[in-house]
Amino acid sequence: MTKVKSLADLKAMREKLKANLDIREKAENPESLVQIKVAMGTCGIAAGAKQVMEYMMQKADELNIEAVFTQTGCMGYCNAEPTIEVRMPGKDPVVFGGVDNNRAEEILTKYVQKGEQVEGVIPVSY
Amino acid sequence: MAKYKMHILICGGTGCKSSNSLQIIENFHNILAEKGLSNEVQVIKTGCFGFCEKGPIVKVMPDNTFYTQVKPEDVRRIVEEHIIKGRKVSELLYTNPETKEHVSDSKHMDFYRKQIRIALRNCGFIDPENIEESISRGGYEALAKCLTEMTPQQVIDVITKSGLRGRGGAGFPTGVKWGLCAKNEADQKYIICNADEGDPGAFMDRSILEGDPNSIVEALAIGGYAIGASKGLVYIRAEYPLAIDRLKIAIEQAREYGLLGEDILGTGFNFDIELRYGAGAFVCGEETALIHSMEGQRGEPTLKPPFPAVKGYMGKPSNVNNVETLANIPIIITKGADWFRTIGTEKSPGTKVFALAGQINNVGLIEVPMGITLREIIFEIGGGIKDGRQFKAVQTGGPSGGCLTAKHLDTAIDYDSLVAAGSMMGSGGMVVMDETSCMPAIATFYLEFTCEESCGKCTPCRIGNKRMCEMLEKITSGRGTMEDLYALRDLAAVIKDSALCGLGQTSPNPVLSTMDNFWDEYVEHVVDKKCRAGVCKKLMKYVIDPEKCIGCGKCAKNCPAETITRTDYVAPGHKLASMVIGQDKCVKCGACITNCKFGAISVK
Repeated sequence: MTKVKSLADLKAMREKLKANLDIREKAENPESLVQIKVAMGTCGIAAGAKQVMEYMMQKADELNIEAVFTQTGCMGYCNAEPTIEVRMPGKDPVVFGGVDNNRAEEILTKYVQKGEQVEGVIPVSY
Repeated sequence: MAKYKMHILICGGTGCKSSNSLQIIENFHNILAEKGLSNEVQVIKTGCFGFCEKGPIVKVMPDNTFYTQVKPEDVRRIVEEHIIKGRKVSELLYTNPETKEHVSDSKHMDFYRKQIRIALRNCGFIDPENIEESISRGGYEALAKCLTEMTPQQVIDVITKSGLRGRGGAGFPTGVKWGLCAKNEADQKYIICNADEGDPGAFMDRSILEGDPNSIVEALAIGGYAIGASKGLVYIRAEYPLAIDRLKIAIEQAREYGLLGEDILGTGFNFDIELRYGAGAFVCGEETALIHSMEGQRGEPTLKPPFPAVKGYMGKPSNVNNVETLANIPIIITKGADWFRTIGTEKSPGTKVFALAGQINNVGLIEVPMGITLREIIFEIGGGIKDGRQFKAVQTGGPSGGCLTAKHLDTAIDYDSLVAAGSMMGSGGMVVMDETSCMPAIATFYLEFTCEESCGKCTPCRIGNKRMCEMLEKITSGRGTMEDLYALRDLAAVIKDSALCGLGQTSPNPVLSTMDNFWDEYVEHVVDKKCRAGVCKKLMKYVIDPEKCIGCGKCAKNCPAETITRTDYVAPGHKLASMVIGQDKCVKCGACITNCKFGAISVK
């Protein structure tokens, strides 16, 4: 490991390391961030929820979206797996069904970033 | 490396470690590997979460799930249910004692709701054995700020302005202390961290060192820069092996990263830290005794002046700060004195860490803003008294402090209000007592401790405390008189005025404060020969109710003193004559009560 030789070094190191603690920092204050829950029931896993979650996490990073990804149990929409729930700060959660990689990207770029409607919303009464 | 999807934080503090948390960590590693999840889920051993009553604690991020009292065999369930399928294991969640509902997230627990974590900011959040986690939380940035943007005087000014007071107990303003040492010129100065935590029941310093050692390393370097010391020393008791290990790791890593050693951050500032081990003598928490002990002398205090700021370690100007005090330094530098002053009270800004213990539901380590009331601490955070019993008193400040009672419950706690109420802050031990505690017995307990720990250098402490102890023994065994009570009070006052150091000057406090608040109880012990709490064995009397006794004789058979005999009295409806206990030979073992199936024996 290189030595920290100056203030700039220290700051650069912090920036680089910050991502490692991201999950913990975000968990302290999830209400202010985009919260995305991925249903991880047996049906969800079978339909590829794990892979979609990984893809989405990676995409969110690339798009600089501050989001907390959590897993939940089966949401009950086994016909529409993988299912994800997206909660924007201060808004009601929206559930999307049949999310594959393309849909996931669409949700991030359109719904999360621009607030546009995206196909595949499962109507739920909360 | 793929990014982790989840973090599992497991407490590796001394408390949870002794309830097998290391096995839990190992099981997590094994089971995650077995499921092929090692690259997705990171397992981190952290410092203390504070909620020791419910340990071992496992926290899953980012859904902030707080599992309590986890056993190694529960790990598989957590992985299979929660980590893989997203279903929280509800049996392991914290249950709100009132609503009986499961609470999954620490923010919604009464125990955490009123806490503000400043000194404990990284405890239970980062891996204390990895400096990188500390750096990514902003560790060493305060040091960098001091070295590159501030003069030593400016650093002292910020700390003075913040109003930070010594958390070791006496509450001396830290900035002023630094200023005194800074102005003394010398070729070598020392900054010393006092990690000789000796109060029975207090473990905040240990937890900080175990959970966030890098903050202490950083704070020592900042202090060294401020007062002009190139050397830091940590005086730590040898019975804190885990804290020592973690501190050593932090120091080594800081050296490796160039945050300790020569020319730190290219600023020309040199600073390094060494450890000194104490053998665990209470008096060595007193700064002059501590310094003598570090020099290899006997751990005995000397008269001040000369203060350590003038003539300390090896005769050089030295500055001694407590662990918790130091833990506050970096964050004050980063966030500023004004920010610090928004927390706590006018005269005691900031927070204080307390170790809650005794007859209270939620035993653990808490950090609360100054100015909070005892009621909030005991009944909200602490969850009230165990088994629904009545609150009687709370002992603060350890053997140097005193007891506060129900009438003090609404006092806002800070250094000055506690002293005014006849106790003191001390290092932050808080022992809660209910009606089953006997006050003269409590005073005896603390006094026995000071007798044991007295270094013997001055007469009032060495002999005075011993005599007080004997008087208390007389009182609690039923041989005391009213004269003894008055003599005890007088002697306590004399010791308070004449002892050499803080230990002796404060040792009568438990006696004085219990006498002030519970005089009736003392009088009962000497006049009525009665202990209402049923603690003082010698004052207890086992009695058989002749109306209830059926005369089976089982008590007599089991009496080790063979002092239970048969009377001539046969109660109406019974066939055999009742039994009676010979009080002169009774050893109060209670064997008769345990053996009586008819509830005929009671303690009076």
